[in-house]
Amino acid sequence: MQDYLAMGGYAVFIWPAYGLTVLALIGILWSSLATLRSAERRAAHFEAARPRRRARRDA
Amino acid sequence: MTAFLATIGRDLRLSLRQGSDAAMAILFFVLAATLFPFGVGPEPALLARIASGIVWVTALLAAMLSLDRMFLADYEDGSLEQLVLAPQPLALLVLGKVAAHWLSTGLPLILVAPVLALMLAMPSEGLPVLLLAMLLGTPALSLVGAIGAALSLGARRGGTLAALLVLPLVLPVLIFGVSAVEATLTGLGPRPHLLLLGAITAFALPLAPLVTALALRQAVE
Amino acid sequence: MVALHRFANPARFLRISTAILPWSAAATLLLLGAGFYFALFDSPPDYQQGETVRIMYVHVPSAWLALMIYSVMAGASAVALIWRHPVAELTAQAAAPVGCVFTALCLVTGSLWGQPEWGTWWVWDARLTSVLVLFFLYLGYIALVNAFDDPTRGARAGGILAMVGFVNVPIIKFSVDWWNTLHQPASVFRAGGPTIAPAMLLPLLLMAAGFTTFFVSILIVRLRAALIERRLRLAQLGQEAELV
Repeated sequence: MQDYLAMGGYAVFIWPAYGLTVLALIGILWSSLATLRSAERRAAHFEAARPRRRARRDA
Repeated sequence: MTAFLATIGRDLRLSLRQGSDAAMAILFFVLAATLFPFGVGPEPALLARIASGIVWVTALLAAMLSLDRMFLADYEDGSLEQLVLAPQPLALLVLGKVAAHWLSTGLPLILVAPVLALMLAMPSEGLPVLLLAMLLGTPALSLVGAIGAALSLGARRGGTLAALLVLPLVLPVLIFGVSAVEATLTGLGPRPHLLLLGAITAFALPLAPLVTALALRQAVE
Repeated sequence: MVALHRFANPARFLRISTAILPWSAAATLLLLGAGFYFALFDSPPDYQQGETVRIMYVHVPSAWLALMIYSVMAGASAVALIWRHPVAELTAQAAAPVGCVFTALCLVTGSLWGQPEWGTWWVWDARLTSVLVLFFLYLGYIALVNAFDDPTRGARAGGILAMVGFVNVPIIKFSVDWWNTLHQPASVFRAGGPTIAPAMLLPLLLMAAGFTTFFVSILIVRLRAALIERRLRLAQLGQEAELV
């Protein structure tokens, strides 16, 4: 196991390369989902705050 | 044709009246190139090796500095809208402005370049090719520069932005311009490099004004 | 062309993309899972470069994605310019940060690949240098789009820049290769000899495919968000107009 993790002595290059890749992918994913959630939230707020035209007309 | 010449004439007269624009480009060119001996040491052998690179890079940067002059004044005082609505093809008018820009910025750089090259210990055999290469390449800088200038109209930090956008795009001009001089100095002959430079300018000549016109229309919409 | 217009209506795009998303997400997990497995476990070390060849399995696919995404941006911008397609108008902006990240990843992994071989953290190799210029093209695009207060103006200007950049990429690549052969450093990145062994091709292609489905999934998510934002902004503008 130790031998495997050491990657023939190149561990300090290989593992960071893969670690950064995973980090980059997760980072993009997280940021994109956060943007989507924020947009949905603001749209929901806007819908809720907007005076209902139909209700106004009836009133 | 008359509209084209009129545009060149008008822009040239404006820049001559201000006078400072060409002077500033040249001054920056000379100053920036002069920094290198201070940076790497004055040893002629070293300077001679990097002279063509220094001259070309600093010429490029000097050309980038003057980009926002092309359209910004017209954009801000509303005359750009007149140009866009004019009956003449906008691309032709753009070509006129590009020509004026080259005459007031590129050409002075070309005239000053040999002086700088000699100060940087470039062997004098390289000078004619340097001049020819800059003659072939600097119009491409103005042409592609116009695209950057038009795209960044109305943007924050438009001048710097235009330079940042254009520099990667004109990298080939730098590469072939330097390699032309280097090829002459090593006796290999500059023809392929000069032909490539000419090809870039020939490619940009019809296309860049069209794209710039498109960008200008976006800007005034 | 008629088929393209089926996606023009944002609501329809939202419906179709909602259907696609679970599949592309699942494909991403499978492909990347298999890719990482083969890259890190079930593939041989290179006879010359040893274990470091494993870095190639993330370095090369990220280069491919960086270029592919830029092409998508240019294509979408062209469609937006010609047809004013609402989804196309948002695609380039949505894709740019992803492409930028892949470009940066390519550069960093390239650096990590080059150091054990050549003892320096950066080599002015033709491919790495081209990717560096592509990185600047991405950054320029992002800077341009964000430099305007009006997002539509930013998107339109960015679209033109993306198309110009795209046309320029082959020219830049050619000139960088030219420059590189003139100065002749040894080419760093050749693994497995003149032809890549099939055992190495598998993880490479799996990772590339996984990255691609990842991009598709992320693009759908970001386009969703962008469409909601756009609808929100138009509604707010409409509301302000009513008050006036």
